Amino acid sequence: MKKASILMIVGPLFLLGLYIFPLWNIMLGAPQYPDPLGMNIHISGLQGVNEFDIQNIDGLNHYIGMHTLPKPEDMWEFSTFPIVIGIMVALGVLVGILGYLKKVSYKWFIGWFLLMSILGILGMYDFNQWLVDYGTNLDPNAIMKLTNPDGTPMTYKPPLLGHVKMLNFDVTSMPATGGWLMFAGMMFTLTAGFLGWKNSKKPVKN
Amino acid sequence: MKKYNFLITALMASVLLMTSCGNQNGNGGTNSALASNNAEKVYVAPGEQDEFYAFMSGGYSGNLTVYGLPSGRMFKEIPVFSQFPTSGYGYSEETKPMLETSFGFVPWDDSHHPDISQTNGELDGRWIFINGNNTPRIARISLSTFETEEIIEVPNSAGNHSSSFITENTEYVVAGTRFSVPVPQRDMPINEYKSNFKGALSFISVDPEHGHLDLKFQLMMPGFNYDLSHPGRGKSHGWFFFTTYNTEEANSLLEVNASQNDKDFIAAVNWKKIEEYVNNGGGTKMPANYAHNVYDESTHMATSTMKKEVLTVDPLKVPGAVYFLPTPKSPHGCDVDPTGQYIIGNGKLSADLTVHSFDKMIAAIEGEKFDGEAYGIPILKFEDVLAGQVKSGGLGPLHTEFDGAGNAYTTFFISSEVVKWKLGTWEVIDRKPTYYSVGHLMIPGGNSRKPFGKYVVAMNKITKDRYLPTGPEMEHSAQLYDISGDKMELIYDFPTHGEPHYAAGIPAELLAPKSKKIYRLDENKHPYAVTSPTGSKVVRDGNEVHIYMSTIRSHFTPDNIEGVKVGDKVYFHVTNQEQDFDVPHGFAILGQNTSELLVMPGQTKSSVWEPKQVGVWPFYCTDFCSALHQEMQGYVRVSPADSDIELKWSLGE
Repeated sequence: MKKASILMIVGPLFLLGLYIFPLWNIMLGAPQYPDPLGMNIHISGLQGVNEFDIQNIDGLNHYIGMHTLPKPEDMWEFSTFPIVIGIMVALGVLVGILGYLKKVSYKWFIGWFLLMSILGILGMYDFNQWLVDYGTNLDPNAIMKLTNPDGTPMTYKPPLLGHVKMLNFDVTSMPATGGWLMFAGMMFTLTAGFLGWKNSKKPVKN
Repeated sequence: MKKYNFLITALMASVLLMTSCGNQNGNGGTNSALASNNAEKVYVAPGEQDEFYAFMSGGYSGNLTVYGLPSGRMFKEIPVFSQFPTSGYGYSEETKPMLETSFGFVPWDDSHHPDISQTNGELDGRWIFINGNNTPRIARISLSTFETEEIIEVPNSAGNHSSSFITENTEYVVAGTRFSVPVPQRDMPINEYKSNFKGALSFISVDPEHGHLDLKFQLMMPGFNYDLSHPGRGKSHGWFFFTTYNTEEANSLLEVNASQNDKDFIAAVNWKKIEEYVNNGGGTKMPANYAHNVYDESTHMATSTMKKEVLTVDPLKVPGAVYFLPTPKSPHGCDVDPTGQYIIGNGKLSADLTVHSFDKMIAAIEGEKFDGEAYGIPILKFEDVLAGQVKSGGLGPLHTEFDGAGNAYTTFFISSEVVKWKLGTWEVIDRKPTYYSVGHLMIPGGNSRKPFGKYVVAMNKITKDRYLPTGPEMEHSAQLYDISGDKMELIYDFPTHGEPHYAAGIPAELLAPKSKKIYRLDENKHPYAVTSPTGSKVVRDGNEVHIYMSTIRSHFTPDNIEGVKVGDKVYFHVTNQEQDFDVPHGFAILGQNTSELLVMPGQTKSSVWEPKQVGVWPFYCTDFCSALHQEMQGYVRVSPADSDIELKWSLGE
């Protein structure tokens, strides 16, 4: 249980990486952009991979009627997410310490993991909703109104994960450093839960 | 006996035949194999980049052109001394002051000798300098923006030819006069030239941080023609060497009268000694009038100020500062090898090169072995300073560059060739023809302590049949030789713009990474800049109308302007809002009596328009900036001078 508790303390701390590193990254490359444009999605807002990328993505997107990328104050998520992550880190570490002191059982570890997973899935769902809105809620007076071969209006939702060819752009969406750190941290807590569970099966000594 | 003779003849004939057959086959095979090998050497595949930048003077274009080596592709023409409608240089309100001189606005010059800044005798790639020959000027060009940042006029000078060469830590950029003139200028008979005219050698200090130029002192030399120059380096750092011709001081028919003396001089100037003299209060201040024009990258504007005084130095007042080294036959190029030991005088009317030894020169000076004097300046004995002579077999040596491996390469104008020879032994190693009548040659870093001896470019004066004919006027030709082996190999031939005289080359890796991509809008301090389209406005001040205009793909703000009247002076101040690499916007309006503007991202440029006719006049973006470039346009309504139409402006209403 000692080992499990230490993992449970360390795991949530990995989520602190989200305050520094981006959660997600979307890159847009095209022939005339040999250095691709890119945006990093942090829990507190969007940032260009290079200084003027956000401005330049907005500049390109105005042709097809997409809205400009949101500023931190434009979306409640960017103020809420940092608080939620903070609470979850504190909660996880607390659970780990209490486990170490044998005040709580491994079930609390799994409980934290499940709660974090649900929050994560909700976050992804929310993110995808925004991507859908961003890519489909187009200005009716857009300069270029393109249609698919079947005649329906073309939309520009970036992929949640993976690569999509969008007009002349190759769009790639992947978790970034902060996201990977969160994933690793959560795996630690899952392992902590597993070790705790295995430990509870062993006959109690003395 | 007769039969015997016949046999021999027959035998010889058949041998000759066989030999020639063999040669033909051999040559054919070798040539094509060589040719394909050479093609590979100069082939820079699509998407790949060149290994070197080459900056070639534009000669009578007044500008500086940027090429890649080995491909010979031209990347840019940098406007320096000439108006350049392509970008609006010399036409825009911001850049007009760059071409101000004491003679007023001079829209053209003849640019000759670019030289890249150095630190410890090695190329550092901060700036490149170039001289204007006709109305004496020196320019400094930034190698991060590739734009001209500063031009200083050189007073008391005429035919600014032995320029613009820098000392090995870029302490000075040096400008010597080719034509001696009365100093100060005055009304006097031309034939009283002799002993009355002066030759000014100007030492212009370079501020180590900003590169700003300041004419520190002028050395007032005898009235010879100071043709070319180069700095000492390494052991000879602190000295500067100038070739002279017309030591006869002829004032007419120089081609004959200035070619009479068997030897002219290389003037050796100990500038450190003169600098010390000047720093201790030496020299004479004389009234002068010369322009100093500085372009400020943050305001995107140039200002011109007139300077009213210059410090002159009489060489006789500084003992030990100047010596003459006799050098045969009107020497042209004056080149110093990478160690600083050898000073090469290219005697253009002879077949031979004269190489002086710096060590021997110092010894001769210390031993006071003089061979008379000229206007009080000691002449050293030719034999005492001579290191050796290159018996080249060529005709008309002009210029020498170095590969850093102990070899020198000299151009021969009359015999149209480049000759490779060895420093120290003076033996000729190789010679290759040029096409035709070569002037300067250039090895990247070839006049520094550290040459990059991979290629030499020969810049020719005569083109004739090298390219498809384009009527009587043709671009000049350049040839590229691979000098990495023992023998030089001609690998490429390409036309060059204007008339390149000298050139300067530098490895791409020293410049490319610091080449600027955009100007930052948040650093734009232009007084008429708009850093956001919402700041756009139109302001009337008497009959002046100032339009604070912004551009972004793909519209002008504002694009409808009314209330302008005939007789107004309309200033379009155009700020490009883009912060994306290589997205300029242009501006032109119908009937403009000046050029277009080409505005880089984050930059502001201004154009004046004085409408003369009532009407509605369109303006548009001249650079195909985007898919909607054709839509990037607007109108100005011009009303009669006495109308009371109110000034108004809009976008999208």
